[in-house]
Amino acid sequence: MLHKALRRLAIGFGLVLAVVTITFLLINLAPGEPARLWVAPGATEAELENTRRVLGLDRPLPARYVAWLGDFVRGDWGTSIAQQRPVVRILGGALPHTLLLSGGSLLLTYLVGVVVGAFQAAKRRTAWDTTLTVGNLVIFGMPAYWLAIMLVLTFAYAGARYGWPVWLQFPAMGVASLDADFLTPWGRVIDRLRHLALPLVTLSLIGIAGTSRFVRGAVLETRGQAFVNAARARGLPRLAIEGRYVIRNALLPIITLLGLSLPALFSGTVFVEVIFAWPGMGREIVTAVGARDYPVVMATTAIFAVLVVAGNLLADVLYAVADPRIRERPA
Amino acid sequence: MTRGHALLRDRRAVIGLGILSVLVFVALLAPLLAPMDPNAQPDILRTRFLAPLSAGPDGTMHWLGTDRFGRDILSRLMYGSRISLTVGVLSVAVSVVLGCAVGIAAAVGGGWIERALMAVTDTVLAMPRLVVLLALVALWEPSLLLVVLVLGLTGWMGIARLARAEVKGILARPYLDAARALGVSGPRLMWRHLLPNTMTPVIVAAALAVGNAITLESGLSFLGIGVPPPAPSWGSMIATGRDALVHAPWIATFPGIAIVLAVVATNLIGDSVRDVLDPTTRTAGVDRG
Repeated sequence: MLHKALRRLAIGFGLVLAVVTITFLLINLAPGEPARLWVAPGATEAELENTRRVLGLDRPLPARYVAWLGDFVRGDWGTSIAQQRPVVRILGGALPHTLLLSGGSLLLTYLVGVVVGAFQAAKRRTAWDTTLTVGNLVIFGMPAYWLAIMLVLTFAYAGARYGWPVWLQFPAMGVASLDADFLTPWGRVIDRLRHLALPLVTLSLIGIAGTSRFVRGAVLETRGQAFVNAARARGLPRLAIEGRYVIRNALLPIITLLGLSLPALFSGTVFVEVIFAWPGMGREIVTAVGARDYPVVMATTAIFAVLVVAGNLLADVLYAVADPRIRERPA
Repeated sequence: MTRGHALLRDRRAVIGLGILSVLVFVALLAPLLAPMDPNAQPDILRTRFLAPLSAGPDGTMHWLGTDRFGRDILSRLMYGSRISLTVGVLSVAVSVVLGCAVGIAAAVGGGWIERALMAVTDTVLAMPRLVVLLALVALWEPSLLLVVLVLGLTGWMGIARLARAEVKGILARPYLDAARALGVSGPRLMWRHLLPNTMTPVIVAAALAVGNAITLESGLSFLGIGVPPPAPSWGSMIATGRDALVHAPWIATFPGIAIVLAVVATNLIGDSVRDVLDPTTRTAGVDRG
């Protein structure tokens, strides 16, 4: 068991290393001259040459890679070209915002998604099921950024224009109001939550649509299997069959889905952060990419890769916890 | 009953194919169907921000209104379907070819070849796709070709895994040995026996991937790094509409509906094809409707 865990950890580490290496190569082989971003427009060739030397850009690619990797591992992630601040400090400020948003959405997605999917399976072929199936299909087909814009249109703009009750109106951007410092501590919490509402709902709605589609199928598939029939034949009460046999087995593939859905979740986060001016990693990378801010792009990619790999490892562990067959299988 | 009949008996497939045919029809005949030139800006002051169902100063009807440059939204939507469908289909074609090549090579090669190819697959799979897309597209010069290539080159991993698993399953079956014993040559074995039998899940995955690619292309264009303007990509239309959300909400609304329709259509077809072609889901009595 320990051996297996260590092996998985080593593989995960290798994956992250491979991802940052590929990113490094992609960025360094792309057309465009990073040194130009540092000098004023109209700099002479000599000044450009000097900048390249100072930044170490005149050295061969492998040497730069080794130097960069060494610094990176030691926690020196360089300085942002656009913001002239240490990358560590920029991303250190952004990461909690992204984790709050994506973590909250993950929680809602699976809690609500499993309930909705199981409900649909229980009410199969009723009007409820049909309505929810169509709803899931449509929401699942929406680009996150468009859903976000439509929610802003409805709950921020239309709400204000037509004077909806306050609890139906939500702020369209940022994490807190400008006057948040003057609010009572309790008021500040409410203010934060109100700002979180629309971004969180955007991400979660799409996640819930995908998850409940999956759960509905998984529950129905499990219910058709022989061991469920056997349990029914033994005269077990319906609730026991559903709870102990069907749901538990149907939930197993959902754990795998959890690991696999992380990249999509982070993609959604990028768009949602851009729309809602949410100061997280996604907005940071979009700005950095636009400004060709290489150090920030590198670091953000690395962090996203770590999160994805860690999520998959977590899913593996959860799977082993939930399914004794996996746990006891020899490595 | 043939598979085609089964597909046509499935309501999802009929709806999906219906929507898709309309989209393809519109895309092919956009120059004939569109009421005006998608990039025409007739009289900027008098034709911009016209609400849906209002007529311009010259009496032409703007069914879905105009944007802030006075361009007709319906015409732009129609031309935009060309971009979405082209990018969706071509990028998935790239993914399918690459994914099948990697997957089949891994399964047939076995040993260290398989391990190496699957390690590469897992690595690319661990990269957050949008972040890679952002980095790639922003660092190179934006163009339609770049978007197709980049989407294709970042979307093949799932297909590679599927193809590998399928081929491994088939390699273990006796009919392949039988064919070999009958003296069927290597390439023929590949084309006639291996490929057709691995295609089912790949087709399903490809159908679902088209919708995903359409969404991603629109997303990149929304961020301003996809298909460069003035091409009427649905994503960049939404970006234009976002700036005028308060007083001209229709600009951002309609292209989004178009995207949802396209994605829902491909998802419906994908789901239906999977259930029709995959006998296991039928014997299990699962109804994913």
